[in-house]
Amino acid sequence: MHFEYQVEGGDFTNAGTTSSTVKKMMKQLGVDPTVVKRTVVALYEAEVNIVAHAYRGTIYVDLEENCVDVKLVDEGPGIPDIDKAMQKGYSTASPQVREMGFGAGMGLPNMKSNADKLTVTSVVGQGTTVEIINYF
Amino acid sequence: MEHVHHALKFKYDLCIGCSHCTSVCPTCSIHVENGHPILDPNRCIDCGMCYQTCPMNAIYIEQDDFETIYNYKCPVILLPSIFSAQFPEKVSQRAILSAIYHLGFKYVYEVEKSVDILKEVINEQVKDADKEKPLISSFCPAIVRLIQVKYPSLVGNLMLVKPPLDLTAIYIREVLVERGHAPEDIGIFYVAPCAAKIAAVKSPVGEEKSNIDGVINMNYLYNKVFRVIKQAEYTLREDEFDFHPLSKNSILWSLTGGEIKDITFGRNLAIDEVHNVSDFLDKLENEDLDGIDFLELRACDESCAGGILCAGNRFLIAERQKKRAKQRPRVVTPAENNILNFNEFLKEHMTVGKVQPRSMDKLDDNISVAMRKMKKVFEITNDLPKVDCRICGYQTCKALAEAVVNGQADIKQCVFVQRILEQTDKLTQAEALKITKKVWGEVKLDKDSIKHLDLM
Repeated sequence: MHFEYQVEGGDFTNAGTTSSTVKKMMKQLGVDPTVVKRTVVALYEAEVNIVAHAYRGTIYVDLEENCVDVKLVDEGPGIPDIDKAMQKGYSTASPQVREMGFGAGMGLPNMKSNADKLTVTSVVGQGTTVEIINYF
Repeated sequence: MEHVHHALKFKYDLCIGCSHCTSVCPTCSIHVENGHPILDPNRCIDCGMCYQTCPMNAIYIEQDDFETIYNYKCPVILLPSIFSAQFPEKVSQRAILSAIYHLGFKYVYEVEKSVDILKEVINEQVKDADKEKPLISSFCPAIVRLIQVKYPSLVGNLMLVKPPLDLTAIYIREVLVERGHAPEDIGIFYVAPCAAKIAAVKSPVGEEKSNIDGVINMNYLYNKVFRVIKQAEYTLREDEFDFHPLSKNSILWSLTGGEIKDITFGRNLAIDEVHNVSDFLDKLENEDLDGIDFLELRACDESCAGGILCAGNRFLIAERQKKRAKQRPRVVTPAENNILNFNEFLKEHMTVGKVQPRSMDKLDDNISVAMRKMKKVFEITNDLPKVDCRICGYQTCKALAEAVVNGQADIKQCVFVQRILEQTDKLTQAEALKITKKVWGEVKLDKDSIKHLDLM
């Protein structure tokens, strides 16, 4: 089954709507709760990234019998060095942001540990595409 | 599927088929057939929202026959401390207690007697870094069931300790045998403030069998006791046995915020009322709510003061309870509260078995079939008006769609679908009427039932 959802940059109040919808569908399918949890954590993180950093984005969800494949395509600043961004603790956040407890450099690593397959591609100045695949 | 006991029952002879119960159920467990509600036992969590909303008092909560207390030589009553807070303030604690003895009980104990021991264990678990956080209190049985059916991924967060009720019951048995009573003579009767507690006693989650011999509904006992007091049939007793020695926080335990008062570690939250709890658990499932260590969750507004079997107004009950707590010290000694001498013994009996999820959302055990069904549910829901009018007998359009896909309902139960089909002659008025009568019964749709046609 295929679904598409739009995400607006800066709309924190509605961040998490897609992960919540996907969660509900996975529960209906009777997917193992731990897989549901992993998927929701990874997807939520990715969704909030669009809200926090991009201008807008589209989330494409493909729900199959054996897996869920979510592609998050955003228009935004992009990530200059993906390899670094995948490292635990690496962050480009300003000291000010870190002082508040954000920008700990755990976003992508956390996503990776909750996804069976994580692919991140990005073009600076254009946007980022994140694909999360989890198998049941 | 395991058999799940429910305390809520419908009295069809009183039911007028208004379906208010259908509309308020937080787990969508009631639908209407032949003019009466039907309960899905796999979804119901015994929260009692239906009981509270029913305008005809057509829902009752089963209890054991009061007379069975006389089958025991040593009948013991186990009272939630909230019981005495139901009465007007001029009725003293001592009068209430004396009236209970007058009814034939040999011993009176309060449920929260074991709280001082339990809270130590809770504190240890909250501090335990190996536990899945946040730990969720298993005190409220409706919440345990809610998590089982609606939030299966959070079952592992439930704290696997016995509620005060079971611990106190174990203590009572132990201490009364010590005092020379034969085990078979002891009958422990629990006074329940809600349906969920009764269901938990009759089919405990994570345990083989309960330590309680019988259940009495709180409003039933309230009536009985109040009558004894009003008619002054009792003699005021001097001794108050184990009634008073509860610590301040034990008295507050069953009110909202009562459990987290004594937790000395971390970040803890108290949430009451089932919809509030659902909202929060949804959020908890969706995101990593960092750093929350413990959740006290209660199905009733104002927690047990709002129990559906409480006799008074929940805010007044909570007020009297708080007043009583104010007069008590924070710490009581083992000399005052004998249960503290059984600390080690009770800690050995503290844990319960793992709680199993039993997801109500799952459309089928086979994922391919579930997938097909889900597609169907989407398609059907899209065709439905989404006004959730309940004329089909189900709580929402989506609930009807699911029932259709599971072969339990006919899409033509939808009044909008009927009108659409009638326009293209795919359904006659007579057929539509027949279908609607299957949902609402003959009476409501009897053509002669309207007496004032002239007004229409």
